[in-house]
Amino acid sequence: MTPAADPILSIQGVTKRFGGLVAVNNVSFEVPKGQVFALIGPNGAGKTTLFNCVTGLFRPTLGSVLLEGRTVTGFKPHEVARLGIARTFQNIRLFDYMSALDNVRLGQHVRMSAKLWDSLFKTPRARHEEVAVTERAMELLKFVGIERWAEDYARNLPYGQQRRLEIARALATKPRLLLLDEPAAGFTPREKVDLMGLVQKILGEGITVFLIEHDMRVVMGASNRIAVLDHGDKIAEGTPEEVRHNPLVIEAYLGRSA
Amino acid sequence: MSALLRGRLTGLGPRLRQRNFIVYAVLLAGALLWPSIADFITNGNATPLISQGADAGVYVLLAIGLNVVVGFAGLLDLGYAAFFAIGAYTAGILGSGQLGASPLHHEVHLPFWILLFLAMFFAASFGAILGAPTLRLRGDYLAIVTLGFGEIVPRIFRNMGFGSPLGNWTSGINGINALDRPSLPYWITGPWVNEPLKIVSNFNFGFDPMPFYVLMVILVIACVILVNNLQGSRMGRAWMAVREDEVAAAAMGVNTVTTKLLAFGIGAAFSGFAGAYYGTKLSLVGPDAFSFVVSVTVLVMVVLGGMGNIPGVIVGAILIYYVLFSFLGNLPDYLSSLATQVGLGWLNEPNYAHNWPGLANEVSLLPFLIFGLILVAIMLLRPQGLLPSRTRAEELRKGVSQEAVSDARST
Repeated sequence: MTPAADPILSIQGVTKRFGGLVAVNNVSFEVPKGQVFALIGPNGAGKTTLFNCVTGLFRPTLGSVLLEGRTVTGFKPHEVARLGIARTFQNIRLFDYMSALDNVRLGQHVRMSAKLWDSLFKTPRARHEEVAVTERAMELLKFVGIERWAEDYARNLPYGQQRRLEIARALATKPRLLLLDEPAAGFTPREKVDLMGLVQKILGEGITVFLIEHDMRVVMGASNRIAVLDHGDKIAEGTPEEVRHNPLVIEAYLGRSA
Repeated sequence: MSALLRGRLTGLGPRLRQRNFIVYAVLLAGALLWPSIADFITNGNATPLISQGADAGVYVLLAIGLNVVVGFAGLLDLGYAAFFAIGAYTAGILGSGQLGASPLHHEVHLPFWILLFLAMFFAASFGAILGAPTLRLRGDYLAIVTLGFGEIVPRIFRNMGFGSPLGNWTSGINGINALDRPSLPYWITGPWVNEPLKIVSNFNFGFDPMPFYVLMVILVIACVILVNNLQGSRMGRAWMAVREDEVAAAAMGVNTVTTKLLAFGIGAAFSGFAGAYYGTKLSLVGPDAFSFVVSVTVLVMVVLGGMGNIPGVIVGAILIYYVLFSFLGNLPDYLSSLATQVGLGWLNEPNYAHNWPGLANEVSLLPFLIFGLILVAIMLLRPQGLLPSRTRAEELRKGVSQEAVSDARST
């Protein structure tokens, strides 16, 4: 049960309360570097809330979040992104009326150096940067396989390509850790297989993947370690094999046998 | 690949870029030829028309600036005239004898060229001061706060006159008059102002609208270039991202607070710029020139011209300026002569027994009704604006096609 020695993300006793509701209750685990880590659990288990606590959208009521040993608890979302955590959203949040290419170029915002002055006067520095940013954006669109939609508005992309565009936009921030919130929601089994292929490609780039997923089969096949949340509590953690046979997990998913 | 990339750098579709290029070319030609056209129309008495051209330029500047705030960053600012006032009063207080009457007892006469930038700086600073606490608000709430600010600022200037406990800084309701005239070390005159071609040294603008008009054309061109640069830049993309989805933008590393603050500040800077020019050209800065109506007029120009698209906004500003300040004023005369020509001349005769003051008088009582009807007509014919950005065009196309789908389903 000991996690790999070198965690990229440590979640230590994180609790998030909304008034009287405890959405996440004293959850701790570590995401090992260079692997796929999955967070699963029934609806309302607090998975997305935990993601929001990691990326700075929520401030945890208690506990702390460490990225490679440095705290990011209470940081603003853009500061967390700068430190190397990128994410996608459960219900797709693209910039609808910007082209796919612009969505990915925006993703590079945090790695760009052009100041207001450069932007106003289109200095050579800004020009060169724009060219480099555009080239990299095209590479990323190719990487996720949607380069033919580069000029289209994000909202006009087919559903599956929108999910891929969100991943490309997140990759554009040059993350060390990529959080995917139900990246395969609404996908056909075939598309899910393709997506897991993409996850492996991302892993090949040296980026740790931390994902939320509902579909047990997808998770079992693709991830190295799994944590299970139920009603805000972590009820299990381990390899897919360990989790699959954990009676608490079976109960959470299937209910207590009558 | 590089040609492809260059095309993509602007973030506009090829058709839109082509259309914008044509509009810019027509606008530039129109601006350069306007003095000659005015001369031709009026048989040599072009001065009022050139002056109006320069005043229209003020509104073009305002509209370009508000477009950054509303069109790019999606922040509804209903107090835009406040920054216009701050710019104008900066020029007024620091560029006239006003401070001699203040507790300072010492007149300050800064050159107009410095005042232009100082006004810009002050307006942008007030934009930042107002923005810092309020830009955390969203949508309607921001509109309400800016609306309040737009009412407060002219009122402060009005109350800082004679008898104010702080002393007379603004001459109150009378306003500041006799602003210093701008001057330049050299100027060129030529046949376009019916004079021989020569270089004049120690040139003073005086009250001749021609140099003001030339200055305005230069200012507008410079501002259009700068805002165009911004639109396709790192900053411009961040504004659009904040407009589209603030949470996602923040998660992608955009500092949403500073991004919005910058949009607000740059918009305010344009307004301050325009204000300093306006006050100096008129040589009068009074609190009544910066009412809520000005904010709304500029907003109408932006929306009607095509929110987010710079040439559209310019065309909208010129059109609305023409309607408000020329067409509506002349409409009673137009209509009464039209009535005579089509044989309805009896309409021009007042008939007090039936409460009819005559056509011209009747129409002159209803300018804002007619203005409203014109706006409604334009928005019915072109809801996306005269020259919309790609975004606006697409949004409305979506609306129409969805309506069509739901219509088809319901039948």
